[in-house]
Amino acid sequence: MKVKEIARLLDARIICGQEHADYSIDVAFASDLMSDVLTLKNDNVLLITGLANMQTIRTAEMSDIQCVIFARNKRVTPEMIALAEDNELVVLECRYSVYKTCGLLYEAGVDPIF
Amino acid sequence: MAERMQFEYNVEGGNFSRAGFASSEIKKILKKLNVDIAIIKRTVVATYEGEVNIVAHAYSGTIYVNIDTEQIRIRLKDEGPGIPDIDKAMEEGFSTASSEVREMGFGAGMGLPNMKKNADEMHISSEVDKGTEVEIVMYLNTKE
Repeated sequence: MKVKEIARLLDARIICGQEHADYSIDVAFASDLMSDVLTLKNDNVLLITGLANMQTIRTAEMSDIQCVIFARNKRVTPEMIALAEDNELVVLECRYSVYKTCGLLYEAGVDPIF
Repeated sequence: MAERMQFEYNVEGGNFSRAGFASSEIKKILKKLNVDIAIIKRTVVATYEGEVNIVAHAYSGTIYVNIDTEQIRIRLKDEGPGIPDIDKAMEEGFSTASSEVREMGFGAGMGLPNMKKNADEMHISSEVDKGTEVEIVMYLNTKE
């Protein structure tokens, strides 16, 4: 599923990385614990999280994650956007809870990792 | 590439907004050197966990990077409280991290074990009230 289709499905705002909205997502993972994210081996992972800080973006960078959705209406800071842009990440803000976000994505056919 | 390259980065204890800066620089260098992407990922994930550990637990630290045609060797040396029981620290789920560290998405007792999983070799030594040194080695030429 493409990031732009995900944005439409979740009524989410693309905060940065609009030019990469054609990235294709294979699987999704939801966590507020970055250590868990850092154990993933998969490629083309979509991260859904409610943890909005610099380490979320850093973790995506280190894990080669190209798209992060901040659920529960969490806001991305300008510092986070700058780092995300440096790393060509697509960042979305979504007002839905992590549960609803995951539910909608699962229903739309985005596979889990485990 | 040149036969041997060396870099070093200072890491400031407690500065969470900067945690990951050194690992990010190392990732850029490895990409430029055309290191296999799977090795890059394992290297930077392990380094980043180590860098977060320094920020979370130590007063200051230095990350020394040595790259040659055979391996990447990264030494994370800090001045800090040290680890009284290394075996315990290596157990998944054991953590002494502060609530501040947990708020950053870490501190679940997974850092050192995850470093070990990603590295081809890991060596750790520590002295209480002095500091800790963790070295990871990544092999560049082995096909798994």
